Amino acid sequence: MAAQPQNVTGLLPAGEPVRFVAEDGTAGPPPAGYAEPSAERLREAYRRMVLGRRFDTQATALTKQGRLAVYPSAAGQEACQIAAALAVREDDWLFPTYRDSMALVARGLDPVQLMELLRGTWHCGYDPHATFTAPQCTPLATQTLHAAGLADALRRRREERVVLALIGDGGTSEGDFHEALNFAAVFDAPVVFFVQNNGFAISVPLAKQTRAPALAYKGVGYGIASEQVDGNDLVAVLSVLDHAVAHARRGGGPFLVEAHTYRMDAHTNADDATRYRDAAEVERWRAADPVRRLEKHLRERGVLTEEDVAADAAEAEEFAAGFRARMNAEPEVDPLELFAHVYAEPTRQLAAQRETLRAELAAQEG
Amino acid sequence: MEQLTMAQALNAALRDALKQDDRVLVSGEDVGPLGGVFRVTDGLTRDFGEDRCFDTPLAESGIVGHAIGLALGGFRPVVEMQFDAFAYPAFEQITSHVVKLRNRTRGRVELPLVIRIPYAGGIGGVEHHCDSSEVYYTHTPGLKVVTPGTPQDAYDLLRDAIESPDPVVFLEPKCRYWAREPVSFGRTGTPFDRAAIRRRGTDVTLIAYGPMVATALETAEAAAEEGRDIEVVDLRTLSPVDDETIVESVRRTGRAVVVHEAAGFCGYGAEIAARVSEQCFHHLAAPVLRVTGFDVPYPPPKLESGQLPSVDRILDTIDRLQWDDEVVLAAGGSVRDA
Repeated sequence: MAAQPQNVTGLLPAGEPVRFVAEDGTAGPPPAGYAEPSAERLREAYRRMVLGRRFDTQATALTKQGRLAVYPSAAGQEACQIAAALAVREDDWLFPTYRDSMALVARGLDPVQLMELLRGTWHCGYDPHATFTAPQCTPLATQTLHAAGLADALRRRREERVVLALIGDGGTSEGDFHEALNFAAVFDAPVVFFVQNNGFAISVPLAKQTRAPALAYKGVGYGIASEQVDGNDLVAVLSVLDHAVAHARRGGGPFLVEAHTYRMDAHTNADDATRYRDAAEVERWRAADPVRRLEKHLRERGVLTEEDVAADAAEAEEFAAGFRARMNAEPEVDPLELFAHVYAEPTRQLAAQRETLRAELAAQEG
Repeated sequence: MEQLTMAQALNAALRDALKQDDRVLVSGEDVGPLGGVFRVTDGLTRDFGEDRCFDTPLAESGIVGHAIGLALGGFRPVVEMQFDAFAYPAFEQITSHVVKLRNRTRGRVELPLVIRIPYAGGIGGVEHHCDSSEVYYTHTPGLKVVTPGTPQDAYDLLRDAIESPDPVVFLEPKCRYWAREPVSFGRTGTPFDRAAIRRRGTDVTLIAYGPMVATALETAEAAAEEGRDIEVVDLRTLSPVDDETIVESVRRTGRAVVVHEAAGFCGYGAEIAARVSEQCFHHLAAPVLRVTGFDVPYPPPKLESGQLPSVDRILDTIDRLQWDDEVVLAAGGSVRDA
């Protein structure tokens, strides 16, 4: 059989990451094929970035105070996090990882419900079907297959909804990522795979992860249209994700986007990043800060005023204070919930085991 | 009632499920026009269309992960793993996601998903085609694990599995695919999570499942010629296990032997032996014994007869159930190895 005809060139990502706004906030020439999001959306994106960053620092502080078991920070990745939330509709599905809490806050999920995982009161505190948001996934890349399957389900029902699957650079080495790209392509599933390449898989730098010219090239071998973007340029990330989502929504099949960004904090509070990277490198990336970049850009365009900036900061403070107060309340757990959600109906054995624990608890109280 | 092989009964169950519920989808490697390597999905693509029964790329983790997404999206997927050992790439998807999604989400996400796996040996298969992988799944809370021993059960259990709100690993004993019996489609048989007493007896309870049910019944016939009356319990559902039926039987007979093809060490028989001694201790006249595969990787075809529990090996084991000690006990003596 002859090879399937494919326009390979049409699938290839740009040679350099797509960028609208330079690090100093000035707009460059508009990249071919991409539309700039409206000023209104960019203004809203800025508001959510400020809020997201404040949420992130608050969660890190709560971890240091022992209120969270662990927190993987997304500081430095605000442009990716907020663009991911804004690029999809409320009824589109999002498949996040453990590092994407900020995106879920930006999507409007309740931060305390969201933190059940990291607070340790349950695994997933929100309702996936009500929020169209899958549980935050800890095993790497496994969620990309669920995203491909759910997108395939939407296609089979001829719904005009899409799925956005988030993954990191390390996750692209997992077999499931490759199987997900392949399944999504074969079934024309309306799913966008969004790789946030933040430079490190815990301590392992990208150079030890892959020899690919860029992670975006991994889509081409599967027949998937792919793009790479400056992950610290909100305007570019949102524009490219808009393009990818529209492609999937109109029946064009899956799309792969790689955003080049940087994890400013350690992997989690339990990690020591000084063991594997230079302070100088971190400082270089600090200059590329995504929030300041968008702020400068929007101020120059007159979309954002001094008052707006102050108002957004005040709103973020208020949000953090409310979040903090709720997280400082001692959480209540029910030990018998252990048995509640294993099967649709508890088995006879689980009913007996539940009774054992109930009696133990009663004895402790008595 | 039609005379059907187990493979045909499974096919009938898939057909009836596809007919009854348009959320049911069948997917896997070669399940489409070929009808599966064991022909269990024969004609389904032709009769229900490629939307309902379709081939996937060759990747088992992908097949199960994709089906998880389909189930999240409202479908009831039935996936086929081609052979027992080829299902291992899907193990993470099964143990970390299929079984945990309900639990992780406090019951808000239901995952009705059936994973069909032809398993066990006895067909002269070369390596990686004959594993008895049941305990990998039974050790995983949140999963239901079932295995039919007869064509009728193959039909009933698969229909039940597809209707189950919980994920099911459905283990098909491939050496029984060609076994034939009259099959009714009325679903009046033993319920999903109950064991069946295949043969009534008074002296020993022989506990078996899947491929070993037929061997156990054969053993019971041979033992009858030697004057021993054997009861055969077919577990059908390995998880959750039907303690009541097992316990009721062993308390009557006072002796129990568990038979399976899988290696004995940490095998399913160890769990049954423990449960029986916990719940039947004062009714037992002998320790619970096991007849299992040896603790070796599944052998090549020319050596497999030495690995599989045979009627003779089971009869020899029954002989070791301390029949003489009862006399000693009755005389007020101590229990010694005869």
